[in-house]
Amino acid sequence: MALKTIHAPLPGVFYRRPAPDQPPYKQEGDAVAVGDTIGLIEVMKTFTPVIAEAAGRVVKFVAENEEAIMAGQPLLEIDG
Amino acid sequence: MPIGKLLIANRGEIAVRINRAAKALGIATVQAVSKADQSMLAATLADEVVEIGPPQASKSYLNKDAILAAAKQSGADAVHPGYGFLAENADFAEAVERAGLTFVGPRPETIRRMGDKARARAIAAASGVPTVPGSEGRVTGIAEARDLARDIGFPLMIKAAAGGGGRGIRVIDSERELEQLIPQASAEALAAFGDGGLYLERFIARARHVEVQILGDGAAVIHLFERECSLQRRRQKVWEEAPAGVLDEATRARLCASAADLARATFYRGAGTLEYLYDESSGEFFFIEMNTRIQVEHPVTEMITGIDLVQEMIRIAAGEPLRLRQSDVRRRGHAIECRICAEDPARGFAPSPGQVTQLSLPEGDGIRFDTMLYQGYVVPPFYDSLLGKLIVWGETRAAALRGIEQALAAMRVDGIHTTIPLHRALAVDADVAALRFHTRWLETWLASNPFALAAS
Repeated sequence: MALKTIHAPLPGVFYRRPAPDQPPYKQEGDAVAVGDTIGLIEVMKTFTPVIAEAAGRVVKFVAENEEAIMAGQPLLEIDG
Repeated sequence: MPIGKLLIANRGEIAVRINRAAKALGIATVQAVSKADQSMLAATLADEVVEIGPPQASKSYLNKDAILAAAKQSGADAVHPGYGFLAENADFAEAVERAGLTFVGPRPETIRRMGDKARARAIAAASGVPTVPGSEGRVTGIAEARDLARDIGFPLMIKAAAGGGGRGIRVIDSERELEQLIPQASAEALAAFGDGGLYLERFIARARHVEVQILGDGAAVIHLFERECSLQRRRQKVWEEAPAGVLDEATRARLCASAADLARATFYRGAGTLEYLYDESSGEFFFIEMNTRIQVEHPVTEMITGIDLVQEMIRIAAGEPLRLRQSDVRRRGHAIECRICAEDPARGFAPSPGQVTQLSLPEGDGIRFDTMLYQGYVVPPFYDSLLGKLIVWGETRAAALRGIEQALAAMRVDGIHTTIPLHRALAVDADVAALRFHTRWLETWLASNPFALAAS
C-alpha cells in the first residue's frame, strides 16, 4: 500500500465541505475513487473542486478546513 | 469632530484611493492589512500599518473586533470602510460609533433601512420615486406571491430582501415555476444572508442600469448626475460611463432630482448611489436599490464634475456641512471606466492571481488609473479580482471612446492574465459605440465573440 499525497492545484482557501452547514466531502478513513470531489479551493471568490486523480482511502488531511494554501501544497494523504 | 487619523479598513485599489484623499486633507492614515497584504500598495503608502488577521477575509477585513482593536491601538479617530467587506454593515458602523470613533459613511440606521431592499422600495414609493412594479415589501407565502404575480405579470424576478450585488435573484417565467421556486429561494436566502425574506419585481428584459451619485450632510442633499453601468457579466459591472448617453436632458433632470429627493427623505449623510433601471422602450426609470457607500465606479463622476467624492465624504464625516450647492455641480464631457481584473477572458474568466512581472501604464491628458498594482507585486488569491480601473475623459463620448481604446492599447500587465483584451474588443465594438446595449447584452456578446478574445 503506497501512500499518495494530493496537492493543491491552485492557491487560495481550501474547504473540506460544500457549504458551512454540510458535512465534509471526505473524512479520514473514507474510500476515494478517481473523480471524487475531495474539497474546494476558493480563488478570488471563484470555487474550484479538487478532484481525486487516484483511488484509495483517506489516511489523513494535512490541510485544515478554511486554511489559506499555496499551489502545490499537500492537502491530504491517501493509501491505495 | 475633526479627523486627525483615519483607519482604512479595506484593501486593494480603494485603500490606495482613500489614502490619497486623506493625505490631501492633511489626515494621517493607518492601513489595516491581513497577513497576505503586508506588501500591498496601500500599506506602503500609509503612515502606519496594523495587521488585523490571517489572509481569509472572514478572519481579517470582515472581523469587526480586530478592526476596532486596530483603530484603538493606532489611535485613529475615524474608520473608512471603502466598498464591500463591512462598508454596508450597520452593526459595524454602530460598533465604530459606540467606540467613540467616526464612521465615514451614513448613520447606522440609514444603512439598515436602505440596505433592506424591501424597505428601501417602500421609502422610495413614499417619496414619489417610481419603483419597478412589484410587491410592496416582503412576500409571505405562495398564495400571496401568486396573487401579486397576476398583477405584476411574467417574467418576474424573485429577489432576496437581504441580497445585493446581484446575488439572491431569480427570473421566473410562469406561475408553476413561481410555486416551485418560492420555497427554494427563501431557503437559499436564509442560508446565504441569514434572512429568508423575498420580494417580487417585474423583469424588464432590455433594461439599462443607470445610477445617480448623491452627497448629503444629514440635511442638504445634492446629486452629481448619473452613470450608466449596463455592461455587466454575471450581474457584476465591467464597464461604466458618465453621463448616461441614452438619456435626454429632461429625463436626466427628472432622474437626478428623484434621487436627491429620496436621499433627502432619509436625511442622508455621506456619499451614496441610487440605482435605477431605465426602460429604453418606454423612457421610464425605476428605482431599484441604494448603495450607502462609495462605489467602485465613482471616478467617472469625478472626471465629469471635477469633484473629489472621497474627500467630500471624509469632510462630511468630520462634521462639515456640504460645501457645494446643486448649482455648483456642473458636468463637462464624458468619462469611461474599464474594470481591469485578474481574470482570463479567453478561458471563461478564470481567476489569475500571481506576480506582475512587467507593468506599463498609459499616460496623457484625461487618463487616470486607480490601481493596487506595482511592478513585482504578487496578486494574492484570497480576494476579489479587481486590479484597477482605467478611466478616460473626453470632450464627447466619441472622444472618450477613442481615448480608452488608445489607453488600453498602451497598457501592459505581464505575468498574470487580465481583462484588458475584453475591454479592447469592447472599445471598438459597433454596438458599444452606438450605445446599443442593455444589462444582458454583454453576456450574449461574450457567447458570440469567443474568437475575438482568444486571438487578442
